[in-house]
Amino acid sequence: MTRIGIVAEMGQETRVAATPVTVRQLAELGYELVVEKGAGESASFRDEAYEAAGALIVGADEAWGSEVVLRVNPPTEEEINRLAPGATLIGSLSPGLRPELVDALAVRPITALALDAVPRISRAQSMDVLSSMANIAGYRAVIEAAHEFGRFFTGQVTAAGKVPPAKVLVAGAGVAGLAAIGAASSLGAIVRATDPRPEVADQVKSIGGTYLKVEVGEEMKSSDGYAKATSEAYDARAAEIYTEQAADVDIIITTALIPGRAAPKLLTAEDVAGMKAGSVIVDMAAGQGGNVEGSVAGERIVTDNGVVILGYTDLPARLPAQASQLYGTNMLNLLKLLTPDKDGVLRIDFDDVVQRSVTVVREGEKTWPPPPVQVSAAPQAKTEAGTIDNNTAPKKKQGLSPAGKGSLFAAGTAVLFGINAVAPAPLPQHFTVLMLSIVVGFYVIGKVHHALHTPLMSVTNAISGIIVVGALLQVTSDNIIMQVLAAVAVLLASINIFGGFAVTRRMLAMFSAGKARS
Amino acid sequence: MSDTVSGPFTADSIAGAAYVVAALLFILSLAGLSKHEKARAGVIYGITGMIIALAATIWLTIQDAWGTGRALTGLGLLVAAVVVGGAIGLWRARVVEMTGMPELIAVLHSFVGLAAVLVGWNGHLEAPALSPDLTAIHHAEVFIGVFIGAVTFTGSIVAFLKLSARMKSTPLMLPGKNAINLGALAAFIALTVWYVNDSQLWLLIVVTVLALGLGWHLVASIGGGDMPVVVSMLNSYSGWAAAAAGFLLNNDLLIITGALVGSSGAYLSYIMCKAMNRSFISVIAGGFGIVAPASKDDTDQGEHREITAEATAEMLTNASSVVITPGYGMAVAQAQYPVAELAHQLRERGVDVRFGIHPVAGRLPGHMNVLLAEAKVPYDIVLEMDEINEDLGETSVVLVIGANDTVNPAAAEDPSSPIAGMPVLRVWEAENVVVFKRSMAAGYAGVQNPLFFRDNSQMLFGDAKQRVEDILRAF
Repeated sequence: MTRIGIVAEMGQETRVAATPVTVRQLAELGYELVVEKGAGESASFRDEAYEAAGALIVGADEAWGSEVVLRVNPPTEEEINRLAPGATLIGSLSPGLRPELVDALAVRPITALALDAVPRISRAQSMDVLSSMANIAGYRAVIEAAHEFGRFFTGQVTAAGKVPPAKVLVAGAGVAGLAAIGAASSLGAIVRATDPRPEVADQVKSIGGTYLKVEVGEEMKSSDGYAKATSEAYDARAAEIYTEQAADVDIIITTALIPGRAAPKLLTAEDVAGMKAGSVIVDMAAGQGGNVEGSVAGERIVTDNGVVILGYTDLPARLPAQASQLYGTNMLNLLKLLTPDKDGVLRIDFDDVVQRSVTVVREGEKTWPPPPVQVSAAPQAKTEAGTIDNNTAPKKKQGLSPAGKGSLFAAGTAVLFGINAVAPAPLPQHFTVLMLSIVVGFYVIGKVHHALHTPLMSVTNAISGIIVVGALLQVTSDNIIMQVLAAVAVLLASINIFGGFAVTRRMLAMFSAGKARS
Repeated sequence: MSDTVSGPFTADSIAGAAYVVAALLFILSLAGLSKHEKARAGVIYGITGMIIALAATIWLTIQDAWGTGRALTGLGLLVAAVVVGGAIGLWRARVVEMTGMPELIAVLHSFVGLAAVLVGWNGHLEAPALSPDLTAIHHAEVFIGVFIGAVTFTGSIVAFLKLSARMKSTPLMLPGKNAINLGALAAFIALTVWYVNDSQLWLLIVVTVLALGLGWHLVASIGGGDMPVVVSMLNSYSGWAAAAAGFLLNNDLLIITGALVGSSGAYLSYIMCKAMNRSFISVIAGGFGIVAPASKDDTDQGEHREITAEATAEMLTNASSVVITPGYGMAVAQAQYPVAELAHQLRERGVDVRFGIHPVAGRLPGHMNVLLAEAKVPYDIVLEMDEINEDLGETSVVLVIGANDTVNPAAAEDPSSPIAGMPVLRVWEAENVVVFKRSMAAGYAGVQNPLFFRDNSQMLFGDAKQRVEDILRAF
């Protein structure tokens, strides 16, 4: 049985890679679990809770010696050496930003999976730790700002006077930005948002923000779900918007990140200088160079004009229990994918794009970077789908050929002609009636409204109870057997007639146009 | 009888006139039923026509037999039969659940079939004095009438049993089923010829048993999922049974009405067949079930994603337009009321809510419409497949409630699929799809549904009614 070790984090990290809940579910996948003593302490998960969930509490060496090691932060060189040969390490490794770490991992005969490298495809959403952490960070950014901000977020009219609502600008409407917009607007603030991708306007609107469009003649379409760098004309106009907004709003939360590059500078020192005293800026990109001039990673700065700039880089860790829970669930979902048979054996399938993407090192061999994954959420995909549809347009099943139909029709007409030509007196007359009635029946319901199929059927059913007429004509026969048979037929047909009409009326009474409802 | 007019204002002439009026009223009734506005008037026409026809016939029979003892017993029997039958009919019509409509209609069809059999048998017993030519024709008519009636009878019984889940809905797969059907038909023709030449009672018994067996086999070979077509086809058969009785009894009203019902039922089945891209002839012939068994495709469809009721509620609140596509699962779960409430609440919030109904959703043509109407969903937001398919691409959320094959993208995209070419609701073009389903099992057609594994679809497992109620609570 494969053993999974949950190891404690280093330094200031408060999160943990598995919670008692996910530990129990990991055990259901067939794994044996050990947890380093005190690993979940700072996230409020006690050792006893892990034990109750079926894990063994062990020392650090034993936990690191497991076949699979779960971690939140990247390991140090010393920690990499603690891994057993052939072990698998899973954690947030940021392989794109830290090539030296990838090289260090590849020195050992181990496998390393980066949970933060899952591709942005829907199937992998349940493992997307960047999204789940960004969501928490966005929320926490608003809370930190509210903590620093000396006023209410929501507007109020009180006996002591009117309080205007706070104005919040969120730069970048990615996962973190949207979480911030949602949190700020639910606190009652007026929220505005900027983003170079115009397709996010609806998303911004949907959670209570106003999208500020940068009006230049270009649009940006994202083919991999992330924002890209922008053009000069766009940047110039965007800079103007930030300057205008900085002078107006009370709180600015910046979330702009471009993968593999330094964060774009959105707010200049002048913009910050133009803000009101007591305003708060949360620069969520401070760790990657910052969106705001003057922000310092991990620090709280107060400018000369009294603006607070928060550059915290540990926002998710400031919600340790929540962050651990989501991180643990992402981790669990990845392990579910890697354990298709639920037999406690970890298998990596390189044909699966998700598994390929997260694998940074496989058995000591560097496999980073993975081939690019096209995710494409937008229009381009639609046209593709459209053309495919046209090419493989639904094939109608081939019916009879026109010639076949024609000969069938001719044969039928000939039979009809033959019967009527030889039949004695009343029969041709009956056939005339029959033919005409068939045609009438066909055309009379030709345009029936689809909703009325059932009432139509029940009314025709009632009408077909007309067979009662036949039975009635026989009920006064001399033959007592005939009388009884006819009476039974009358009874059956009566059920039909009364039942059919009654149920049709009942159904029709239910159909109502829109106004009836209100 | 009714054709021999012997002077002005005889019972026959009056009955004949009444029949013409009744026939016209029946035509108006069917015509009325094709539009919402005229539907109620249509039913009134039908009832009036029926009253006129019955009154005229009763008067005619009593008049003929007046003064004889058989008139009295006949009248007694007649009144008793109508009262008892009428009471049963009204009672069933009152208590039936709207989800149970298909069963009720199937069982009513069987009554017409049985009544036609009895009338046919009486035709044999009656043996009127006729010229040899006409006697032969009379015999043929008896035979044909009994045959159609008996097929309708057992066919409807099987349909009823399948619809009410008293019988397994999987198609019966007898070896050489086509041979059985064709053989029964050939035997019927041979027996008819024999009977025309020598009208023995035992021949009539044999043909009755033969037809009962054929009706049973015909419908038993058809899977539960194809029941809308079957019910409408049986409706047509019951009409033909009445028409055959009309030939037998020289009664034009029966012929007209029977042919009306027969052809309209056949046309309705034809509409259904087109909706499923099946051959009409093979349905009428009961060869429907012999579609090659669904090739089990084990191709990995990928993974489906689950969603909670709360998340669905969230998604719906943020949506600008919602389309609900119900299927038989909604009927099974009796979820029409919560679904209607959901639609109502969303409309109150300014969300554009519409329903998209596939022509063969449910177990009866128009079944979903009836259920939604029962729950007071305004019919102007309940749209047909063709009306809504164009708009699905611009829809924010589609809720698929208990539908499966009718929303299967394989029908449009996979030429090798058993349901390829069947027109379906193109729900996968919408931004988000939430599928309400009890499990990942395949639909009636036995075909896996790639929709569940699409990137924009999520599964909400559980009983449809409870899940919809959960969403309502989450609002």
